[in-house]
Amino acid sequence: MTEIRYLAPGSLDEAVKAFAAASGAASILAGGTDLLVQMRAGVRQPGTIIDIKKIPALTAIEELGGGAFRIGAAVPGAVLAEHPTFGKAWPGVLEAINLIGSKQVQGRASPGGNLCNGSPAGDSVPAMVAAGAVVTIQGPNGGRELPVEAVPAGPGRLNLTPGEIVVSFTFPDRPKGSSDAYLRMIPRTEMDIAVVGLAVNLSMDGGVVTAARVGLGAVAPTVLLVGDAAAALVGSRLEDAALEKAADACRAACNPINDKRGTIAYRTKVAGVLLKRVAAIAAQRAGGN
Amino acid sequence: MAKIHVSTTINGEPLEYLCDASASMLDILRGPLGLTGTKEGCGTGDCGACSVTVDGRLMCSCLMLAVEAEGKQIGTIEGMAQGGELHPLQQKFLEMAALQCGICTPGVLISARSLLEKNPDPTEEEVRFGLAGNLCRCTGYDKIVRAVMETAAEMREAAR
Repeated sequence: MTEIRYLAPGSLDEAVKAFAAASGAASILAGGTDLLVQMRAGVRQPGTIIDIKKIPALTAIEELGGGAFRIGAAVPGAVLAEHPTFGKAWPGVLEAINLIGSKQVQGRASPGGNLCNGSPAGDSVPAMVAAGAVVTIQGPNGGRELPVEAVPAGPGRLNLTPGEIVVSFTFPDRPKGSSDAYLRMIPRTEMDIAVVGLAVNLSMDGGVVTAARVGLGAVAPTVLLVGDAAAALVGSRLEDAALEKAADACRAACNPINDKRGTIAYRTKVAGVLLKRVAAIAAQRAGGN
Repeated sequence: MAKIHVSTTINGEPLEYLCDASASMLDILRGPLGLTGTKEGCGTGDCGACSVTVDGRLMCSCLMLAVEAEGKQIGTIEGMAQGGELHPLQQKFLEMAALQCGICTPGVLISARSLLEKNPDPTEEEVRFGLAGNLCRCTGYDKIVRAVMETAAEMREAAR
């Protein structure tokens, strides 16, 4: 193996400069739960590893008021779980992040890494899509923002330009009566990759849905924002007809593969089932807020 | 390229080593540092045999670069017994024979200690979830789970 350089810059500027200077030969290290495995397997052989965990913006959890948060892309799931208020405002996002791997993996794995790994089955991604989270990106040509759903381009591919680093996720204000939930279908009870993952984020007023977002994972080359499913829920009291219409929209959005984890027919059917279950959980939680 | 100098603390002892950038914490623990109590199973973060704590947080040492230990507090199985006295979990695992081949045991113990620090009174389900990142191919987990539950009960009693 050729020698690898390790850099742990203390500022975003330094990290961006180093990343751009390496012109594709560098890998970003957050928790390393994907990178170190890929290096070991020989799938990735970076010339330089840029550890971003010494950059304050990458590891901060900022409460912005009204349920809004900005979380650093490299914050590990275990740290987020210990935050006193994040999980109250965004229980669906937290439960999705905390589903990634074991307790050991939670000590390292981050939502930024989950997004940048580019897997259509990443658990945190549908939840952040449903949450309406915005990604702050920094690159050699400055900063920009993208909605989470605009970042993945396909399995293992991102809509980032060379030298760009995902810095943080901003979660919007939380109106009263809002909550979210995430469920994934796996054949076991733990430690597995989603066959289907689905998140619902709801705002409710007097039992009526006033706003909704639905994120759907593992059934297409990228995680999807299912606008038709959300539209079917808005204005409803989550009656059976509205839920069935939203489930139809989720099934229609599916463009899955057949693989060892699930067939096309199975994944499509489960997407509809999960929509109903997740909407019910989100609504129950929203009632308590 | 020159090796990287790392200053860290392992089981409370300040320690320095030189490593390649690509070396995992596990490589350095088991190699140059001779702390072979931490085991290598899968090397991909699935089995938990290499579990350690870093600043008190449970991690797989195979998923951490050795250079990342700079300035951190690393806890390994070698630091679990205090002055020749076994940790209550270690004692209970022996009494209840909660191991067979023993390869997973150091990782299981580190995980179980971490679990009980956060949750001194776990349900069986919580123990099973807490240890889900530690694979054991011998015991079927039953004795491990019972030993952890029993230790938790005794530690609660002792703390009263």
